Amino acid sequence: NLQESESENKLDGETASDSESKSEFGGSPSVPTSDDTPEVLNRALSNLSSRWKNWWVRGILTLAMITFFFIIIYLGPMVLMMIVMCVQIKCFHEIITIGYNVYHSYDLPWFRTLSWYFLLCVNYFFYGETVTDYFFTLVQREEPLRILSKYHRFISFTLYLTGFCMFVLSLVKKHYRLQFYMFGWTHVTLLIVVTQSHLIIHNLFEGMIWFIVPISCVICNDIMAYMFGFFFGRTPLIKLSPKKTWEGFIGGFFATVLFGLLLSYVMSGYRCFTCPVEFNNDTNSFTVDCEPSELFQLQEYNIPLVLQSVVGWKTVRMYPFQIHSIALSTFASLIGPFGGFFASGFKRAFKIKDFANTIPGHGGIMDRFDCQYLMATFVNVYIASFIRGPNPSKLIQQFLTLRPDQQLHIFNTLKAHLVDKGMLGSLEDA
Amino acid sequence: EVDLEERLGELDLRSDSDVLPPTDSTPEILKRALSGLSARWKNWWIRGILTLAMISVFFLIIYLGSFMLMLLVLSIQVKCYHEIITIGYRVYHSYDLPWFRSLSWYFLLCVNYFFYGETVADYFATFVQRREQLQFLIRYHRFISFALYLTGFCMFVLSLVKKHYRLQFYMFAWTHVTLLITVTQSHLVIQNLFEGMIWFLVPISSVICNDITAYIFGFFFGRTPLIKLSPKKTWEGFIGGFFSTVVFGFIFSYFLAQHQYFVCPVEYNSETNRFVTECEPSELFQMKKYSVPPLLQAVLGWETVNMYPFQMHSIALSTFASLIGPFGGFFASGFKRAFKIKDFADTIPGHGGIMDRFDCQYLMATFVHVYITSFIRGPNPSKLLKQLLILQPEQQLIVYKTLKSHLVEKGILQPSLRG
Repeated sequence: NLQESESENKLDGETASDSESKSEFGGSPSVPTSDDTPEVLNRALSNLSSRWKNWWVRGILTLAMITFFFIIIYLGPMVLMMIVMCVQIKCFHEIITIGYNVYHSYDLPWFRTLSWYFLLCVNYFFYGETVTDYFFTLVQREEPLRILSKYHRFISFTLYLTGFCMFVLSLVKKHYRLQFYMFGWTHVTLLIVVTQSHLIIHNLFEGMIWFIVPISCVICNDIMAYMFGFFFGRTPLIKLSPKKTWEGFIGGFFATVLFGLLLSYVMSGYRCFTCPVEFNNDTNSFTVDCEPSELFQLQEYNIPLVLQSVVGWKTVRMYPFQIHSIALSTFASLIGPFGGFFASGFKRAFKIKDFANTIPGHGGIMDRFDCQYLMATFVNVYIASFIRGPNPSKLIQQFLTLRPDQQLHIFNTLKAHLVDKGMLGSLEDA
Repeated sequence: EVDLEERLGELDLRSDSDVLPPTDSTPEILKRALSGLSARWKNWWIRGILTLAMISVFFLIIYLGSFMLMLLVLSIQVKCYHEIITIGYRVYHSYDLPWFRSLSWYFLLCVNYFFYGETVADYFATFVQRREQLQFLIRYHRFISFALYLTGFCMFVLSLVKKHYRLQFYMFAWTHVTLLITVTQSHLVIQNLFEGMIWFLVPISSVICNDITAYIFGFFFGRTPLIKLSPKKTWEGFIGGFFSTVVFGFIFSYFLAQHQYFVCPVEYNSETNRFVTECEPSELFQMKKYSVPPLLQAVLGWETVNMYPFQMHSIALSTFASLIGPFGGFFASGFKRAFKIKDFADTIPGHGGIMDRFDCQYLMATFVHVYITSFIRGPNPSKLLKQLLILQPEQQLIVYKTLKSHLVEKGILQPSLRG
């Protein structure tokens, strides 16, 4: 019995980490950092000193990613959705791989398959919910889709249960703890990565501006905080990330708010950014065409007296959306970095330098997206709470599926409410 | 500086001695009464008496009504959460982690606040409409819940201490997975309850019945082991338990379906400030004639039978409870073996902790909820009403007109001059 438990100890992640404890952080990291920089760049920059070379590599890659971002925006919502999906899969893969490395669980039976299977299930569930909402008429037309959508939750649950049962059947005597760890690891990763990528897609469907402004604010805050820190940085911000400074933090905050205001001003003028994405049944493609809502119509605002002396104007013409952008930028600058600290703590906890080596000079995809996750959830909650209410046509659809007595009850309550508010009264025949 | 990895490594080397010695929490009374019997029968008697005690408590709570049941579900949820978190503490020796206990309980509070706001608030719509502060809380509910959660998240990040990073992340993940399992599903149980107490009673009883009958069949006929994880389970027990549970569910539903108390959705009456279960029973709970399939006609000798449609659904529920429910039990067994514990806790003498009793129930609760939303009911009327009342007045007017024309079309509403 003792022998069994000892052999289990040898395969358990904990004892294996004894060998990791011998290597110091930064000395010989468990994942060797390979030099991914393309040969071309290497030769071009071979003359510069190491510090400037690093700066140039990061700079060039940053520009490349931003350019790529603009191209994708140009290509439209469908491509954006696919990019979000790819980023999600890559992030999932990165985090799961770290789990494998931490627990030396390459040889766990079934585990890779199960992780990807759960990813598929959860994606199926979320895409089904989203697709049903936005593609309602399309779904109603096609018979197989209609059945899939009607029993969607049941089908998703069955798929998930199958995975759960496979997991239970795959438990092997010596590897219990490891398997449970990886199971927990997979689920937490799914919670973080998948749910929030779907929130991003929801934001996207609300209007591309709700997708672009938050992401740009986070990127801007990253860059601005780095620059302010580079030129003015003195006071360290938090022990977790020794490179961050208070000067960078505050400078980044103000710069991001300003940037958000300007970017929103430019974008609010274009319908392709402000209109909700809709699926046109006739052309079978996505369209962004609508009457811009109040948020995106210029209004006169009185400048508070304090700023009047500074700026010299009495009123200013702004889009109401710009006020919201201040809230978004504030969140991106003040709370978004906590996502970054969380990721830094995670990397230190598991003694890795970067999540992966996908992007030269930057690390993995997760490294770029760690601050974005909280942002996506915040934007989604913000929209649901302050911007749009429930969708009236959706409510009518749900109403039509109720029983007659329930319909009557709701109708009467609504009527009483409207009469109360004075909206109905002697307009009974309306 | 004790390196964390070494501590974790030592944890496993002395893990055998870490196994909790089974403490005997049997009350003195029972011990004296049973002191004459041999050890095996004594154990059987203790388990038996406690089983009866738990079932009696269950019936008592049912009698006391829906509100007490909700409180019971909430208490069980908190206790299960506490048990699992305590196991995490012991596994990782993390009693001395700064802030961690407070953070775990804080997250529990946040998630419960979120769920109660979403589900229970729907049912109290009329109650809420009258009070201004509650209206504000309901309208911005998601934002408030998210802000509360974020506060906890930021506190966690700020509480990260240099030597304990990995431990803290483990406990953070442990907390979240536990919340996912216990809290979400206890809220699904409450939603099932509001659908009608029968949707709460029949699934839970089926799982308990399956437990007991599988044990009994295994005791008397058990020969072929079922799964390595739980050596005491046998195929004979599994199959015997399946058939008995289906029959039990069938008969039990027949009795429950006759009483409005069990069949009607729970509603909150704002005038009397109480929960009422009174309604016109839906089609599911009205007797119908079914033709017996020719196969069974020969066996039973009847041509038609009077049944409630709900009994057909109960077959589905019992089948799930017998075939898939046990996987929840195997999962919990694997978990206990993985972390080298005998029971989740020692709350109930002879049975272990609350989690030990409820491990099979969790999958069941989710299944019943998904089953109801897919096959039984459409959208929730109270939730729909709440959303209607949040709309802008102009939108409400448009919706009102659309609804009115629809109802008049269907003849549900008589067109009249003064409405």
